[in-house]
Formats: sequence, structure tokens, C-alpha cells
Amino acid sequence: MNWGSPAEFFAMGGYAFYVWGSFGVCMIAVVIETILLFRRRTNLLLQLKSESSGNP
Amino acid sequence: MFSLFNWFRYASPQTFYPLAGRMIPWFAGAAAVFAAAGLYVGFFVAPTDAQQSEVYRVIFIHVPVSWMSMFIYLVMAAWGAIGLAFNTRLSFMMARSLAPTGALFAFLSLWTGALWGRPTWGTWWVWDARLTSELILLFLYLGVMALQAAIDDQRRGDRAGALLAIIGAINVPIIYFSVVWWNTLHQGASVSLTRAPSMARAMLAGMLLMSLACWMYSIAVSLARARCIMLERERHTAWVGELAGSAS
Repeated sequence: MNWGSPAEFFAMGGYAFYVWGSFGVCMIAVVIETILLFRRRTNLLLQLKSESSGNP
Repeated sequence: MFSLFNWFRYASPQTFYPLAGRMIPWFAGAAAVFAAAGLYVGFFVAPTDAQQSEVYRVIFIHVPVSWMSMFIYLVMAAWGAIGLAFNTRLSFMMARSLAPTGALFAFLSLWTGALWGRPTWGTWWVWDARLTSELILLFLYLGVMALQAAIDDQRRGDRAGALLAIIGAINVPIIYFSVVWWNTLHQGASVSLTRAPSMARAMLAGMLLMSLACWMYSIAVSLARARCIMLERERHTAWVGELAGSAS
């Protein structure tokens, strides 16, 4: 185990900004891409459904 | 012959769509498991680096996203080449579905690299061969996406994008070998085998686990995007009509 306390873990030996800035932005990017894809799919299915019910 | 038959069967969007839908949860789940394991190894098993202290832990995200940005580009170019050679609809859809995720990984590679370069090199950015060729990779992704989107005729857009992707693939070996061919600020091989074996093993394990997580994530996301593209492009066909009618 590398860390004596949670505070030490979050401090990353004084490099918190660089380490968490890297991992954090990657995590945000993954979450945003996933949300955008879900939205694209939901909107698309709604659209297709209205198209198919509009002119059967 | 049997396997050939199967490949052609799944080369049609209508049969590939449900198959992709069944595969996505498995790949997404595997991505989460590998990421959890990789982060655990990276932060709790891998010891502090003697020279770089804790900032070296950026390696566990920087190297996997950089590998992924190059690999996705090659896969995208390969799908484009298959599409040009055999004129298969699905290959162009796959090529289009990979581009945004590849661009995202190229951006993340530059971003995490900048955050690692600042404390270790004293600069966010330098016009060095490795960094510059990776920036060109990001522009190539954006160029392919812009070209595909700019041409109204979908099929011509597919072909133009595929051609640009294939030509741009020359950049990937340039990125990979840039640290060998030129005298760059960027370090060479990322894993040093001359360090104490236990440490190299833990570092390597963390990097490989995170790489596997990136692979699984990329497959899940690109399949999900490909499914959207299939529905958009085949919206006037009978199978999409049936699917839309039954969808909740």
C-alpha cells in the first residue's frame, strides 16, 4: 500500500493537479461520449417511431 | 467455407444490428471490470517512482489512450479499404463509427501528455516529432470526419473519407517510430525493464489492464454508434420500419 491516509492519496505527492487532471478529464470524456450516444439513439428511435406511425 | 458463409451473413446491417446489440453490454461490462482492476493496480499496487514520484501515474492513462488513438486509426483505414474494395455498406458504417472515438483518444493523448510534460519537462507543449505527429493524427481524424460530413452524397462521402483515412495511415508508423528516428524530448520505450522486476511488472500490469479497458470501451462505443448509423441510413427499409414500430 502506497498511501498512509486518504488525504495523502488525493494529494498525489504534490502532483494532484496533473494526475487528477489527466484521469478526471478522461473520465469526463468517456461519460460525455456515452451520454451523447444514448441521446442520439433515443432521439433516433423516437423519430423513426413517429415516421412509421405517420405513414404506415 | 462455413466461416466464409457466416461472414457474409453478418455483413448485412439487418443481421449485424441485433448481434451488435447483444455484444455491447458484454464489452461495456468488460471495460468497467478492466478499468477498475487497472486503476487499482495503478494507484495501489504500483509503487512510487524513484525519479518522478507520483506524477508518473499519468502513464496508466496516457499510454493506453495513445496506443488506442493509433490503433483505432488503422482499424478505421482498414474498414475504409475493405469498403472501397468490396463496396460493402457495413464497412463504411464501421469506419464512420470509429472516427469520433479515435479523435477523442487522440485528444486525450495530447491532453494527458501535456499534463505529464509540464511537471517533468517544464513545458505543456513542444514541437517535437512525437507530439507533432500525434497532433497531426488528431487533425487527420477531424479531416476524415469533416470530409465525410461535407459531401452530401453519402456513398461518395464514404469513399472520400476512406481514401483520406488510407493515405493518412502513413502517419501512424511515423508516430510510433518517431522516438527512434528523431532525437525527441519524448522518452522512448515506456516500460523500463532495467528497473526492479516487481515494479516493472506492476507498472506493466496496470498499463495492460487499462489498455484492455480502452479496447473494450472502444468496441462497445463504436458498435453502439454503428447501430445508430445503421438505423439512420436504412430508415426507409422494411426491417427498420418493423423495429421502430415495435420499439418502446
